[in-house]
Amino acid sequence: MCATLSGPAGTPAPTRRALIGGAAATVLACPARAGTAPRVVVVGAGFGGATAARYLARGGAAVSLVEASPTYVACPFSNEVVAGLRGIEAQTFGYDGLGRAGLTLLPATASAVDPDARRVSLADGASLPYDRLILSPGIDLRFDAVPGYDAQAVTAMPHAWKAGAQTVLLARQLAALPEGGTVVLSAPANPYRCPPGPYERASLIAHFLKTRKPRAKLILLDAKDTFSKQKLFEEAWATLYPDVLEHVPLSSGGQVTAVDPAAMVVRTDFAEYKADVACIIPPQRAGRIAVLAGCADRSGWCPIDPVTFESQRVAGIHVIGDAAVAGAMPKSAFSANAQGKVCAQAVLDLLAGRAPQTPKLINTCYSLVAPGYGISIAGVFHPANGLLADVPGAGGTSPLGAPAAQRAQEAAQGEDWYRTITRDAFG
Amino acid sequence: MIRARRARLAAALAVLGANAAPAAEPPPAEIRPPAGAASCTGCHAAGAAMGALDGRPESEIAGALAAFRSGERPATIMNRIARGFDEAESRAIAAWFAGRGTP
Ligand SMILES: Cc1cc2nc3c(=O)[nH]c(=O)nc-3n(C[C@H](O)[C@H](O)[C@H](O)COP(=O)(O)OP(=O)(O)OC[C@H]3O[C@@H](n4cnc5c(N)ncnc54)[C@H](O)[C@@H]3O)c2cc1C
Ligand code: HEC
Repeated sequence: MCATLSGPAGTPAPTRRALIGGAAATVLACPARAGTAPRVVVVGAGFGGATAARYLARGGAAVSLVEASPTYVACPFSNEVVAGLRGIEAQTFGYDGLGRAGLTLLPATASAVDPDARRVSLADGASLPYDRLILSPGIDLRFDAVPGYDAQAVTAMPHAWKAGAQTVLLARQLAALPEGGTVVLSAPANPYRCPPGPYERASLIAHFLKTRKPRAKLILLDAKDTFSKQKLFEEAWATLYPDVLEHVPLSSGGQVTAVDPAAMVVRTDFAEYKADVACIIPPQRAGRIAVLAGCADRSGWCPIDPVTFESQRVAGIHVIGDAAVAGAMPKSAFSANAQGKVCAQAVLDLLAGRAPQTPKLINTCYSLVAPGYGISIAGVFHPANGLLADVPGAGGTSPLGAPAAQRAQEAAQGEDWYRTITRDAFG
Repeated sequence: MIRARRARLAAALAVLGANAAPAAEPPPAEIRPPAGAASCTGCHAAGAAMGALDGRPESEIAGALAAFRSGERPATIMNRIARGFDEAESRAIAAWFAGRGTP
């Protein structure tokens, strides 16, 4: 039966080459077409993709989840690793939980998508048919945006904007900072992964310098004049780090125009900064597979339908998480998880011939400005004029001037959120 | 390295038959989560300080949301979230969680 059925979309039988023997090939061919179960392929087992895959499997779809990396290293709270407050193990998740979720985890890189044949190619030559495809590939760093900052520069000047080896490298470089040394951190223009992330990182590096590196300085070069939770960050910086952290916004010449990793020099139009440690967070775009699939527009990101997250450019492909243009919703793990659940339900509905319902989604981002000092921003979003827009009157940031007890409560809630969201995504 | 990855892939493929069968019916439209409900479980879950909402009485959840929305009940975050849902939406969310097993 497995060998003779062809998929609902009328696609040819899956091809399996070199890598997998004939027996395995037969097994693989079956579940994608078992009974009437619709076939959904999800690419990327991060916060968006892992969540979507788990909820799809719960809803009865035959799900193949393609993930290139053997483990997941989570970005939220990785700024604590940078500042020596936490180990990278607390950020690292295995995929065993996903294996138990009734889905098929394929450890492979998706290398191409044929939207007409509805097939995803894997780097090893295999090809997966799908009825619906969900892409949650996260971001690619743009190594063509800041002169001098290419893929080789990341050893001398880590970005640490994809958690893992880069995070550990930056933490090590900071730990080895000479007394009275200079750290330079650069924040990109919008849009990018985790809008408050650079400012949380600046806060926690400042905390590290204040407590561990007497007379050291942090210069935050910023390609923007305004940023997320700005008043709350500035309130905290003024009391906690007045002598440590210098923020140079765009209008004061904060935009980085070039770097020289060999000389450890960071340049703006107005000045040249010699750094002992330099962390450059470059501009970003949607993960490459989304671009290859034709889902990205000239901005480098993927416009979507705000009800189903289906690509506005390619039918049958849904894009969630950082790669998507989700209107007012920020690129966050919270957003990716919430979008994963909404998209999974919409895909189940579409495959069952039901009209998807109009969703509402929540985002909340906690940031730590010092141990025990947490702040947050929240939003509620709904489709409006083809985009996800803020529900008027909802959301906003923690209050300015709040008592220390409330900051401590939000710091604890951030930790609590992290435990819950990682369990919801990875099991 | 490559060989190890291939072995893992082959292993994943080998267990595939066991995993994928038998596909349950997709949930009927009536039991789909109402708008917004899927986001609540980003924070509220069993074992978390922000406890699970599953199985809590509908009136308790809806009442709490109304009190957060009006500002009557103090909150760090729920006031900002509850203002995104009107009374009817809050009731639908409350009813949905109430119908999901016990906490
Ligand atoms: C320093 C920092 C702090 C942050 N803090 C927070 C926070 O406090 N709260 C918050 O909500 N968010 C935070 N974020 C943002 C959050 O990490 C991202 O928004 C989130 O990871 C996006 O999820 P995603 O699924 O879109 O992508 P990712 O989580 O990046 O997952 C993408 C996955 O796809 C895989 N992949 C990509 N291409 C392929 C391919 N072709 N084939 C197979 N697999 C592929 C990758 O290996 C990866 O596992 C932070 C980010 C940073 C950098
Ligand atoms: C960002 C995390 C977060 C999200 C998302 C969230 N909550 Fe909450 N919830 C909290 C916190 C924290 C509290 C405690 C009150 C406070 O400090 O805001 C709480 C309290 C509650 C309470 C009162 C619990 C009790 O024991 O009396 C209810 C009911 C509730 N939330 C329902 C919801 C619903 C429904 C949603 C989705 C629409 C939701 N929450 C989304 C964090 C969250």
